[in-house]
Amino acid sequence: MKVTMNVNGAARTGDVEPRVLLVDFLRTNLRLTGTHIGCDTSSCGVCTVLVDGEPVKSCTMLAVQATDRSITTVEGLAQGANLSAIQAGFHEEHGLQCGFCTPGMMLVGTSLLDRNPNPTEEEIRWAISGNICRCTGYMNIVKAIQHAAKARAAAAADKPGVPAAAGVAGGGE
Amino acid sequence: MFPAAFDYRAPTSLDEALSILKQHGDEAKVMAGGQSLIPLLKLRFSRPELVVDIARIPDMNAIKRDDGHVAIGALARHVDIEHSKELAAAAPMMLEAARWIADPLVRNRGTLVGSICHADPAGDWGSVLLALGGDVVARSESGERVIHAPDFFKGPFETALKPDEVVTEVRIPAAAGHSGGAYLKLERRVGDFATAAVAVQVMLEGDRIETAGIGLTAVGPHNIKATHAEQHLRGKAPTDEVIAEAARMAADAAEPKDDVRGSAAYKKDVVRVFVQRGLKSAVARAKEVGA
Amino acid sequence: MATEVHMHGRIGESIKRKEDARFIRGKGNYLDDIELPGMLHMAILRSPHAHARVKSVDTAAAAAMPGVVAVVTGELMAQHKLAWMPTLSYDTQAVLATDKVRFQGQEVAAVVAETLYEAEDARDAIVVDYEVLPALISPEQAKEAGAVLIRDDKENQQDNHIYHWEAGNQETTQAAFAKADKVVRLHTFYPRCHPAPLETCGCIADVNGATGKATIYMTSQAPHAIRTVFALVTGLPEQNIRVISPDIGGGFGNKVPVYPGYVVATAASLLIGRPVKWVEDRSENLISTGFARDFHMTGDLAVDKSGKMLALRVHLDSDNGAFFADAQPTKFKAGLFHIVTGSYDIPTAHVTADGYYTNKAPGGVAYRCSFRVTEASYLIERLVTNAAIELGMDQAEFRMKNFIRPEQFPYHSATGWVYDSGDYSRAMNVALEQLGYDELRKDVEARRKKGEVTGIGIASFTEVVGAGHGADFDILGLRMFDSAELRVHPTGKALLRMGTKSQGQGHETTFAQIVTEELGIPAADVAVEEGDTDTAPYGLGTYASRSTPVAGAATAMVARKLRDKARKIAAHLLEAAEEDLEWETGKFYVRGSADKAKTIQEIAFAAYTNVPEGMEAGLEGVHYYDPPNMTYPFGTYAVMVDIDRGTGQVKVRRVVAVDDCGVRINPMIVEGQIHGGLAEGYGIAFMELITFDAEGNCIGSNFTDYLLPTAWETPRFELGETVTPSPHHPLGAKGVGESPTVGSPAAYVNAVIDALTPYGVRNIDMPVTSDKVWAALRAAGVNE
Repeated sequence: MKVTMNVNGAARTGDVEPRVLLVDFLRTNLRLTGTHIGCDTSSCGVCTVLVDGEPVKSCTMLAVQATDRSITTVEGLAQGANLSAIQAGFHEEHGLQCGFCTPGMMLVGTSLLDRNPNPTEEEIRWAISGNICRCTGYMNIVKAIQHAAKARAAAAADKPGVPAAAGVAGGGE
Repeated sequence: MFPAAFDYRAPTSLDEALSILKQHGDEAKVMAGGQSLIPLLKLRFSRPELVVDIARIPDMNAIKRDDGHVAIGALARHVDIEHSKELAAAAPMMLEAARWIADPLVRNRGTLVGSICHADPAGDWGSVLLALGGDVVARSESGERVIHAPDFFKGPFETALKPDEVVTEVRIPAAAGHSGGAYLKLERRVGDFATAAVAVQVMLEGDRIETAGIGLTAVGPHNIKATHAEQHLRGKAPTDEVIAEAARMAADAAEPKDDVRGSAAYKKDVVRVFVQRGLKSAVARAKEVGA
Repeated sequence: MATEVHMHGRIGESIKRKEDARFIRGKGNYLDDIELPGMLHMAILRSPHAHARVKSVDTAAAAAMPGVVAVVTGELMAQHKLAWMPTLSYDTQAVLATDKVRFQGQEVAAVVAETLYEAEDARDAIVVDYEVLPALISPEQAKEAGAVLIRDDKENQQDNHIYHWEAGNQETTQAAFAKADKVVRLHTFYPRCHPAPLETCGCIADVNGATGKATIYMTSQAPHAIRTVFALVTGLPEQNIRVISPDIGGGFGNKVPVYPGYVVATAASLLIGRPVKWVEDRSENLISTGFARDFHMTGDLAVDKSGKMLALRVHLDSDNGAFFADAQPTKFKAGLFHIVTGSYDIPTAHVTADGYYTNKAPGGVAYRCSFRVTEASYLIERLVTNAAIELGMDQAEFRMKNFIRPEQFPYHSATGWVYDSGDYSRAMNVALEQLGYDELRKDVEARRKKGEVTGIGIASFTEVVGAGHGADFDILGLRMFDSAELRVHPTGKALLRMGTKSQGQGHETTFAQIVTEELGIPAADVAVEEGDTDTAPYGLGTYASRSTPVAGAATAMVARKLRDKARKIAAHLLEAAEEDLEWETGKFYVRGSADKAKTIQEIAFAAYTNVPEGMEAGLEGVHYYDPPNMTYPFGTYAVMVDIDRGTGQVKVRRVVAVDDCGVRINPMIVEGQIHGGLAEGYGIAFMELITFDAEGNCIGSNFTDYLLPTAWETPRFELGETVTPSPHHPLGAKGVGESPTVGSPAAYVNAVIDALTPYGVRNIDMPVTSDKVWAALRAAGVNE
């Protein structure tokens, strides 16, 4: 079956069996390997992507269901060389260790801040309660999202309407 | 972890969907959000020949107030219920229950109707419908019928639906007067199925309980309506003793099994404790209405 | 004129992680992200039965299905002498079943196909005829007279007993018990749990017939050891085997063993001549790969009436599953369990251990256990709390009375360990202060009077990491040294390669910081590489918190070697005598003339352009470090809980964790490790469980049954620290990664026991689920 969807701002097409999962379409057909697979019972959330801005488990969605939808994966968070506030927050607050759950966490964080620019810790923990992490104990993930919230608020105060961005972090600190 | 192969149709009208089910209902599975079906497909526990995706049928996701009830469309998601103004006014207990469904990611895709059609005895919405006196509207090429909630749930993963039928909406009576409800759930962690859960709804008339609805989750072959407990409450003042007795009767109505989540005795007692707490909350909320 | 270069990233600085860059962009290079030209996909068929004879395996239908290139059976593997392989504990393990299957989930056959979809479809078409046998699911069943013999494949195996092991002194311990005023006993079970990293195990085997080179990408925490084992098992020449561990999405010990899937994929690639990828599903990971714990322990503590500990006696039965595959040093059949005297000055102790085969997956040493220290620490910290209760003493006070005192270090324990350094009372006091223990106790008493169920638990662990001194520590004979190779380039940048392999611990940052400290090259200028056996120096890998103690020491040593050579070059450049030069991080200068200096960058350039006559060019070296001893990190954890009388649900209100791991190289990274381990400890204490029914069916083989805590349940952690350096480590650092999983489960459980002590409850085995707490409350007449 032919599928067409918008992925990270670009129209992407494919020809897949109905049974192909969205996560597999992204990873195998589109070679966007930042979205991960961690379980087989829709329990862990490392496959999280945004569909029309809302976080969903891409392992529990067929590629054919995503036709005509707008998908954001982790690869779509940065604007060119500029990292998003959420990416900068995860780096600044040591919100990742092995990195496997990180794309999903960042996308949920992004979607949360889009709807709720100043969430409480409780609201953050609730929002990411569908995403498992084994390395961090969640403490610094919460801090990372709070960091991003502050950065976004500051950027909005400086330049209303322009999303917060951060400089390139490439191999330094 | 990939499903076995299946054919796929995505009808763009209800008539088209009904026509497909008339021909292929026996080998087909209807899919809305897919949050119950896809996991089964992936483990190959379910191997339908055809999946009928109804998500492209327009006008099926609305939650709207209509003539004494709120109609929840087949494609209305759990998250839509969580944020529904209509339900906040008409049946606020549903917003509380919505937050207990699975996890935030599943709630962005899964639907109430899909969930009740899946009819997992550990599904939350079934108990809510039983407590609120909801109705299920089913359509086929032959016509439409309205199934009262107690008649809908037949057994584990078994409903009153025929293979050629699709549920188009669920109707929740809009609460009248001093009504209040509560949903309490014991889960081992977010996203787990309930060890036990209860949905409670009361309507007060003066200082007495006029009607009560109690639905039990994960403690029987399907969601259970605790009718004896409901009858016990009717016409009585909601004293601690009356509530405690109703809670005991509700626990008696439960038929849980021993498993990794706990013994049957444990689950019955959780039902008792939760019905007790739930009734107290429901009464307090009912008193607050219009206060 | 020396160029000033900012010395960013010395030891003690919480610099941000260098490896983050690729992960936050979704550009991590995990195993399943890798695609090779012509690559095939493999799916494994596993046994539905816990114990059964394999009568026949019919692959005809599967082999005929679309896309299928090969179907591999035990029979085919046996023809190539690969149906069995050695384990890391000198036993053998079936690669693909030939005679019997011995645990549910055991590998029976494998399909190799063009796509994973086709492989899974064909897998469904394989028909296996089994004759079901009785299943044994505990050591108790395994040791019964007349129990079915699980390892009838082993020539001299008469029963299901694997090993007997002892430590300490039976005689002196018995004598001490005879004279004791009080003996407190605890029988407890540390249940089977699983490291469950979010990335499952897998490999891509690429055996190139034309070049003879076998490249195996593998989720491996110990790539060099795997390469050597593969050479021995497959007969492929070791110089032609290259194991590459790419980015790993969590290890926690799950990615140390050699799994049958790796061997089958390699054999398939060899036979077919194309790369073969195998990545297991989560269900496969949980049902068949290296689990953790499953120890049945009985501890007796002898005390005098003043509360002084006199002796400790422990017996344990270990449930090792169907094959003895513990990843642990050869000499220690029960790992380092005999650290079990813990933080206490116990004059005599005796430990006995017996291991048994059961019809379950093989393993046991995993999940941040420090080689069974998790089990030991749990036992002693629970036993000590119970003893305090029996004696009517406060849990903290009883511990303080018996702690090893600072002046006793290096401390020779009753089971033969030599603890390097420690100050247990100090850590305890910091923890109690941070918790506000006295106030909290009063609050607990006041709330108990109102009928609330609430308690505080303490655990003061000492653990032992940094394996280890070669004469004592080896895995399959490979001594547990580790290595660092450092190369400084002409432009003053450096490349550090090590024998360890990070799975998220931040090595690319932490170990660069060691080079910054020793040589003054900024951490940003030091690239750190691990995991490619063609380029990295030989090491035993990362697990058991050994990287900083061993490879970190090697890094310091090799950097110092380079500094020695740099001094000579500096002397040459400055036309001074070596003895007249002083070192200040990053530069040598002439004593008394600070402006006559050469930076390390200038020296590095000179190493290639202007070395003294007779000196080899270049600035590089390698060091293989044999640690003289283990390191002994320690700490005190305190937990406060409230319990719902109606449902038995436990709410953790506070967690205070004070750790001492000696010198902290990157405090931010250390704290992150502690957070993670405290969360894993929480999961172990309250919800994680792999269990079996009477037929040996595994319950806990997927993430709906094997529960991991989410951000919603996981409590907040309040961290504190003390610093007691290791006297023998070049940097004074100890390991830390496993301290939180070692120390926290007992703290969590002790809090629940403390809350239930007024009701006469002395033990609830993990996981402490709400139904168990409810049952204890109801038995004591507590209701809602």
